[in-house]
Amino acid sequence: MGLETKAGDMGVVTTSLETVVNWGRTNAMWPLLFGLACCAIEMMGAQGANYDLSRFGMEINRASPRQADLIIVAGRVSRKMAPVIRRLYDQMSEPKWVIAMGDCASCGGVFNNYAIVQGVDEVIPVDVYVAGCPPRPEALIDGIVQLHKKVERMKLDGTLRDRTPIHV
Amino acid sequence: MENATVLARLQERFADNIGAIGAMRSGEITIGIPRELIVEVTTFLRDDSELAYNFLENLCAVDYLGRTPRFEIVYHLLSFKNRHRITLKVGVPAEDTHVPTLTGVWQTANYQEREAFDMFGIIFDGHPNLERILMPDDWNGHPQRKDVPLGYEEVAFNINDDQIYARKPFAKE
Repeated sequence: MGLETKAGDMGVVTTSLETVVNWGRTNAMWPLLFGLACCAIEMMGAQGANYDLSRFGMEINRASPRQADLIIVAGRVSRKMAPVIRRLYDQMSEPKWVIAMGDCASCGGVFNNYAIVQGVDEVIPVDVYVAGCPPRPEALIDGIVQLHKKVERMKLDGTLRDRTPIHV
Repeated sequence: MENATVLARLQERFADNIGAIGAMRSGEITIGIPRELIVEVTTFLRDDSELAYNFLENLCAVDYLGRTPRFEIVYHLLSFKNRHRITLKVGVPAEDTHVPTLTGVWQTANYQEREAFDMFGIIFDGHPNLERILMPDDWNGHPQRKDVPLGYEEVAFNINDDQIYARKPFAKE
């Protein structure tokens, strides 16, 4: 009962190990339970029933960085928070990805002042920038899907990681 | 409780050192206090059974750059008994930013004085733990002072974003 009843009698399926591993990496990508400001509300909205992020295997937010693959920096990063984010990022196990959600996390947004880091990319390397103030859940989901496409191109050992950031 | 009564009681106790320097639109009186008298005055206002200003609602600093004295510490007091508010103001010159602490009068002054120290560099003499409360410990300067620059980073447009991103400190892996 499952895939074989839908797809007929497939017997043996051959594929590359890389594809299978990347399939697992994309479809069980667990984000860190981490919200900084109003963008976190939209992130919660994306995980709620209406937008249903669990379609992409991402309904579980891990409260521990050691169990998380993805950190969604949702909100402005204050200078006092910056070392904390770096520490959380360092504690995550490889392979790991970063989404800068919203204008503040991407470039400081409207907060061009002494208290806010002008883009979280000063602290940790960013894979996907999602624009918006705050971005709607659709935009965040689009960013996540773009990230999934990027992960699917990854090599098995994670060495050939694509470093060019995506702007959504 | 009338504003005039408060002022009269204060002037009776502290002579001519104290005077009303203004009133809010809501009718709250503002009283200027010499710096060295602030602990005595607030203790008197708290302990006097008729006045009974038992609650320090707010303590903050203001920077009037270009004025003498440059800084002002503002205290808002509330009397539960009389349902009455007054404002006290203490001028602080830029070259000597010391004010006696009120932590001995109201415990709640502790954090608020730390914030005023963090943001404006006002030193509250006698404070039990005068450290930064909001900014990181290794921060230089006091960011709410008016002579601190407002913007932090040059705003990137199409014409100059190459130069800005060339010198921006991007994080390494």
